Amino acid sequence: MADSTLVGLQHGEEHHPELLHHFAEPQQQRDAASLGMWVFLATEVMFFGGLFCAYLVYRRWYFGDFGAASKSIDATLGATNTAVLICSSLTVVLAVWAAQTARRMLLVVMLGITMILGLAFLGIKAIEYKDKFEEHHVPGASFSFENVPIPGHPGQFANPRHAQIFFSLYFVMTGLHALHMIIGLGIFSWLFTMAWKGRFTPEWHTPVEIGGLYWHFVDIVWIYLFPLLYLIDRHP
Amino acid sequence: MYFGIWAALLVGTFVTYKAAFIELGPFNAAVALGIATIKATLVALFFMHVWHASEKLTKLVVIAAVFFLLLLLGLTMSDYATRPWS
Repeated sequence: MADSTLVGLQHGEEHHPELLHHFAEPQQQRDAASLGMWVFLATEVMFFGGLFCAYLVYRRWYFGDFGAASKSIDATLGATNTAVLICSSLTVVLAVWAAQTARRMLLVVMLGITMILGLAFLGIKAIEYKDKFEEHHVPGASFSFENVPIPGHPGQFANPRHAQIFFSLYFVMTGLHALHMIIGLGIFSWLFTMAWKGRFTPEWHTPVEIGGLYWHFVDIVWIYLFPLLYLIDRHP
Repeated sequence: MYFGIWAALLVGTFVTYKAAFIELGPFNAAVALGIATIKATLVALFFMHVWHASEKLTKLVVIAAVFFLLLLLGLTMSDYATRPWS
């Protein structure tokens, strides 16, 4: 049995049911899962990064048009949504802490509040999209952005074609972000069910941790989207 | 500690929102992005536990992600921002 010192636990020995056999100990399994999530998030950084890059190039070219288009979005709704997401990030870390310290009810409540805040975010986003539809600011055949003054340049009006590029980026970036929110809500409903059944223990709550990492990442994306899309050239 | 970070993030959001309505010239964008970066760093370090990560590889992945993002943005803008006709 020279191998037993290397492997740690032999097949059939007592160990946590969630500990897979190719890991020596729970800590190693947790670190591997967390690292895997971080590598996935690194690919997500590049995914969103391409859009941020396109945004930067066009914002430099069409700064005045982007400023005019940005001004037509309700910045108060955007700021409210930022606050909503920050609060949901707090409830997520509290949920992770509750899982670590075996507080099942607190975990269930925190996951529930997180989902309610996520839904509130999407609801506010829906109001914003509805405004844009009604104002004909959705890129396409019925797009209209005529005679909108450029901030800081009296007598000059935004070029509708350039404004349309802003709104394309606005809908793709916030839409992709909203899609991530919807996927996050799916993940959290599963976490909520598992937590309700009492599956998470201080020894094993990896899904809560890496689900939380995902949620925080989506929050970070929004932290950048908010000033870049809503607050380009607001001052009078 | 989590509540302190949360409060800092909310204050940051409020300051970003208010600062956008003040004329600062080119510094409007710098202030907005500076605060956003501070907020993102707080979330990553404390909410995502990078600060206390037991695994050094996690920190390596985070640094690599930021590095390649800056490479993408930096090299692209060093081209577009320096073209005489743009």
